[in-house]
Amino acid sequence: MIEVKNLTKQYGQKKAVDNLSFTVEDGEILGFLGPNGAGKSTTMNILTGYISSTSGQALINGVDILENPMKAKKDIGYLPEIPPLYLDMTVKEYLNFIYDLKKCKLPRKAHLADVCDLVKITDVYDRIIRNLSKGYKQRVGLAQALIGNPPILILDEPTVGLDPKQIIEIRSLIKKLGKKHTVILSSHILSEIQAVCDHVIIINRGKIAANDTTENLTANISTDRRIIARIDGNREEILKVIKAIPGVITAVADMEREPGIFDYEIEVKEGTDIRRELFKRVKDRNWVMLGLKSMEMSLEDIFLKITMGDNVNISVKNGETDGASAENEETFEEKAAEADAKAAEYDEKAAEADAKAEEYDKLAEKAEETEEKEGEE
Amino acid sequence: MGAIFRRELKAYFTSPIAYIYIAAFYLYIGNYFVNYNMAYGSTDMTYVFSNAFVIMMILLPLLTMRLFTEEKKYRTDQCLLTAPVSLGGIVFGKFLAATCVFLCGMLIYIPFIIVLYGYAGTLEWATIIGTMLALVLLGASFVSIGVFVSSLTESQVVAAIFSFGIIMFFYMIDILASSVSNETVSSIMSALGFYSRYSEFSTGIFDVGSILFFASTIFVFNFLTVRVLEKRRWAD
Repeated sequence: MIEVKNLTKQYGQKKAVDNLSFTVEDGEILGFLGPNGAGKSTTMNILTGYISSTSGQALINGVDILENPMKAKKDIGYLPEIPPLYLDMTVKEYLNFIYDLKKCKLPRKAHLADVCDLVKITDVYDRIIRNLSKGYKQRVGLAQALIGNPPILILDEPTVGLDPKQIIEIRSLIKKLGKKHTVILSSHILSEIQAVCDHVIIINRGKIAANDTTENLTANISTDRRIIARIDGNREEILKVIKAIPGVITAVADMEREPGIFDYEIEVKEGTDIRRELFKRVKDRNWVMLGLKSMEMSLEDIFLKITMGDNVNISVKNGETDGASAENEETFEEKAAEADAKAAEYDEKAAEADAKAEEYDKLAEKAEETEEKEGEE
Repeated sequence: MGAIFRRELKAYFTSPIAYIYIAAFYLYIGNYFVNYNMAYGSTDMTYVFSNAFVIMMILLPLLTMRLFTEEKKYRTDQCLLTAPVSLGGIVFGKFLAATCVFLCGMLIYIPFIIVLYGYAGTLEWATIIGTMLALVLLGASFVSIGVFVSSLTESQVVAAIFSFGIIMFFYMIDILASSVSNETVSSIMSALGFYSRYSEFSTGIFDVGSILFFASTIFVFNFLTVRVLEKRRWAD
């Protein structure tokens, strides 16, 4: 069990971690979510005793990491953001070193073989770490954390640098480990947290922005309160018809997806399902329904919403989704503008290239002419 | 501590560092042995010993420069500092490993002494043992200075130059002392001089004070290294 009480870490004027308090129960997988520089790694470094907190307390199985670091550290396996590997050692030498360093009591050969098997590095066991790929290095780092079977695992972005197949493997491995160990896992990949963790803490600017179970956090906001319909027909009339359906709060024509065909974004009252009614009315008018889907708010949206707003004040239960979608639109527009600018640049370059090509042609012609003249002479 | 000592020692010998150090040391010392003792048929090993002082001053900072700088640079210190090991254990393990490599260099004196003994049949044992002991203590002090400096920076070059500077300072301090007019300051400075302590031993005098001086130099610099690591946790 990990208890964190009013943890603060100050770097000069800046508070990297600001009055953080949370508890992780035994056998729980906690996801630490936050943008870069939010204080995830700092918190983890404090929990593992790598750095000290300015104030506050971190208890590892009831032992204060500052007061009795030797005892507390014994219970922790830590994979830092950059795996702490000695590049000039072989995997075998390295893991043996870690085994000695942690004063591990388990039978050496069998335990190391188990760990290697678990993270699938048996085939590179005798290779020098320097020559391993990023994915393998990451897994050796994970193996290092697992040595000694510590009851608590703290993993800082464990899937960074892995290919999609490995990511899935490591995620299922972490899930498996979560049955026997208490795990804290940090990530900025939300689907990862959603897939692996029981409990999520969203952290932003050193403060906890949300602290709930993964289920609650997603369930509360992903109600079908927004649907998107793509309908072929007259825009004004369609909007009028949609707005006439009971339960509809607003309807707007979104982007023109195909010539003359728009996506309509419809917001409805909670607990109402207008999809059947909508379909019927569209059919009655002889329009064609080309698509219909409900827009769910993913953790991604929550994350953006929480971490981008200055007032970190979430009312997840009310599901105010406007903010997130507006932001999405904004970013789309920005991106579109960027793309336009780039296109213009390319055009210019193309024109330049054309001009140069012409010049070259002229030069070539001249050269030919002179050659001919020489030939005549 | 044991794990760190073994790792460091292995790292020295799996990389070329230890071999280059030992080769350079042997070459330099061997040169004096051949050109003085062998060429003149002399059993006086003063030159062979006193010149070790100079080469140690240059080579030992190179031996110790990577000890903590690389840990910091490759973030492997995260693995050491989050393991259930004391800071003292980490520092002393590294210090011992570097000292061991240094002692491997010192082994070259044994065949020299045997050869001289074989020819001459008698040697000035007091001087030889005294000087050997002094060199070992001196080398260990240089190593502790190097370990300390390497904990201050991430750059190996800076570490090497800076530890060379500190060693040089302690080497020259008794020369500087003579130009200081204040008597107390002057006497303190000359008491800190490495060379005067060393030359006492080389005349065959066992001075407990000097042994304690070197022992405390080693202790102080290792202690300071621990403090640096400790402070880094609280830093900024």
